[in-house]
Amino acid sequence: MSDKVKASTTTITTSDAPAAPREPSAGERGWEENTLRPTLEKSPERQSEFTTISGYPIRRLYTPADLPGWDPNRDLGFPGEPPYTRGIHSTMHRGRLWTMRQFAGFGTAEDTNQRFRYLLAQGQTGLSTAFDLPTLMGYDSDHPLSEGEVGKCGVAISSLADMEVLFDQIPLANVTTSMTINSPAAVIWAMYLAVAEKQGADWKKLSGTLQNDILKEYIAQKEYIYPPEPSMRLVIDTFEFAVKNTPKFNPISVSGYHIREAGSTAIQELAFTLRDGMEYVEYGMRRGLDADQFVPQLSFFFNAHNDFFEEIAKYRAARRIWHKAMVERYGSKNPRSWALRFHTQTAGCSLTAQQPYNNVVRTALQAMAAVLGGTQSLHTNSLDEAWALPTEFAATIALRTQQIIAHETGVTNTVDPLGGSYFVETLTNEVERGAWDYIEKIDAMGGMVPAIERSYPQREIAEASYKYQVAVDKKEKIIVGVNDYVAQEKPLDILQIDETVAHRQAERLSKLRADRSKAEVDRRLTALRRAAEGKDNLMPFLFDAVKAYATVGEICDALREVFGTYEEVAIT
Amino acid sequence: MPQKKIRVLIAKPGLDGHDRGAKIIARALRDAGMEVIYTGLRQTPEMIASAAVQEDVDVIGLSILSGAHNTICPQLMNLLREKGMQDVTVLVGGIIPEADIPAMKQSGIAEIFLPGTSTQNIVEFIHKRLAR
Repeated sequence: MSDKVKASTTTITTSDAPAAPREPSAGERGWEENTLRPTLEKSPERQSEFTTISGYPIRRLYTPADLPGWDPNRDLGFPGEPPYTRGIHSTMHRGRLWTMRQFAGFGTAEDTNQRFRYLLAQGQTGLSTAFDLPTLMGYDSDHPLSEGEVGKCGVAISSLADMEVLFDQIPLANVTTSMTINSPAAVIWAMYLAVAEKQGADWKKLSGTLQNDILKEYIAQKEYIYPPEPSMRLVIDTFEFAVKNTPKFNPISVSGYHIREAGSTAIQELAFTLRDGMEYVEYGMRRGLDADQFVPQLSFFFNAHNDFFEEIAKYRAARRIWHKAMVERYGSKNPRSWALRFHTQTAGCSLTAQQPYNNVVRTALQAMAAVLGGTQSLHTNSLDEAWALPTEFAATIALRTQQIIAHETGVTNTVDPLGGSYFVETLTNEVERGAWDYIEKIDAMGGMVPAIERSYPQREIAEASYKYQVAVDKKEKIIVGVNDYVAQEKPLDILQIDETVAHRQAERLSKLRADRSKAEVDRRLTALRRAAEGKDNLMPFLFDAVKAYATVGEICDALREVFGTYEEVAIT
Repeated sequence: MPQKKIRVLIAKPGLDGHDRGAKIIARALRDAGMEVIYTGLRQTPEMIASAAVQEDVDVIGLSILSGAHNTICPQLMNLLREKGMQDVTVLVGGIIPEADIPAMKQSGIAEIFLPGTSTQNIVEFIHKRLAR
């Protein structure tokens, strides 16, 4: 089965550049001589070099000379068909708008349930759940390490009881739900499925996404618990379970967002994300799964950063790369495996604490890039992002931003409006090429897990983030309100979360432990531990454990005993 | 006689794993000629205080984006006092509501650096504070 995984000798079949030199037309040469030169003599350009925010150099003007050998049939194609450059559906946003899916979560399950229902009432079309750090790290709200952290970065979920409150009055059968959780993803998913079952929802129709992308945790977000091999086992268990039981559910959201937030360039974000995706495909195939069965349920998640055109090129290149990889590396025959589906979040790291209302503008422009890039789902950040979790006021403006783009700007009237632009097509080619370079480097290391073990992506990211900071500190990159256009300002009203959340959770957990059957919990945790030591799919065991009201912490601890824990070698 | 290098401990207290800022500061301070020890992730106040003593640092820089600062900082300041390290300069960077800053400074934290701070500002602050 693993013989199907070929070593990559993928060559770029788009244009022949950079090998081919740029050959300007006679007309362009004439322009340079007669019109450009006098202008430059009178008035030189503002900078000696213009680069994207990732540092990629951009030419003054793009013409057909930048696309030698470019073949619209091969390189551009049509939406809904390979190579998917223009989008994965033939009608894209004319057929269906992207899902407006605002990431939300804070305090207790009641607090977040209220915010969920508010956002749905304001017109968002999908749910997205933010969990607090203790939950993300597999600790109960009353664990000593949870002190000070409960409900601060997301909702505190310690058991199925909390999950039931979280989705109170929300029919999971009718609304797609995304859950941003990684190391304990399978546990939280088991809780979600238990709630769905209780609500009478049909698992076969349940739709949503589990982030569950452990590779990017080692690379960027660092919310890992267990070492890579058992973590990958858990992920593949969810794929196997999803294929059989929840065919409309995405058991993974292979993510670049966090890689970008950690400071990577756009090309690194693209390359590391897609190579992570390929790693998951390979691990799934090694398990004996048919790629064409589980890959259609994989989804992706990208950042929408400030550099408008670089981001659009990135999304277009992503679709082309994924299709190529699926066909050439894995011999995929199912078009549903070839079409890369993605969610986008506007760049949190680009938002400023200074003059926070400027962030509304940043978010709008970034969201526009995501829409023009063909995203299937979108979260727009709130203006107060650099200060706290969003207030209702700020979260509403963020949602309205998407609604205005959708209904007032006209950009959804046509598919891939920028297709055919000399600039955008060239940049798409260049971003694709840059990504393949990285992908092939990682191939040569033996794949993403070996690359992570030698800290390769981590080092690339640290380097890129430092380079960017130096540029900002030197004012080579301007951030309005921060290193230029600075002004005095009044503090913002922000969301406050205090320790009452922790106290409520502690009380709840006491009651839970008193009310449930300790014997049953112990029995099911023992069964889980035994299964974890073997090769069985853990989902049924997790499902049993959560239904007995074993807590997140208890379940994760049981797995800690079997899998051990992971500590990274810090690269600075 | 050459000046003794300034020794800095950069620490990530609590559960949060977002380390972009901490790593950049560590490198910037190193580039500015200081000796920097980075603790890595998920440090308790006890671990940080012990490391500070062990490494005999002049400065401790905490990176906190999780909202847990009102729990972590008082615990750390108490531990430093217990260990006789109350003269160490403690700095905090990250996501800190302005309303929380006065209490933190009262507890002995020398400065809080919010998003958008340049690395030069931090380097200058340390040099000025330590008068070297």
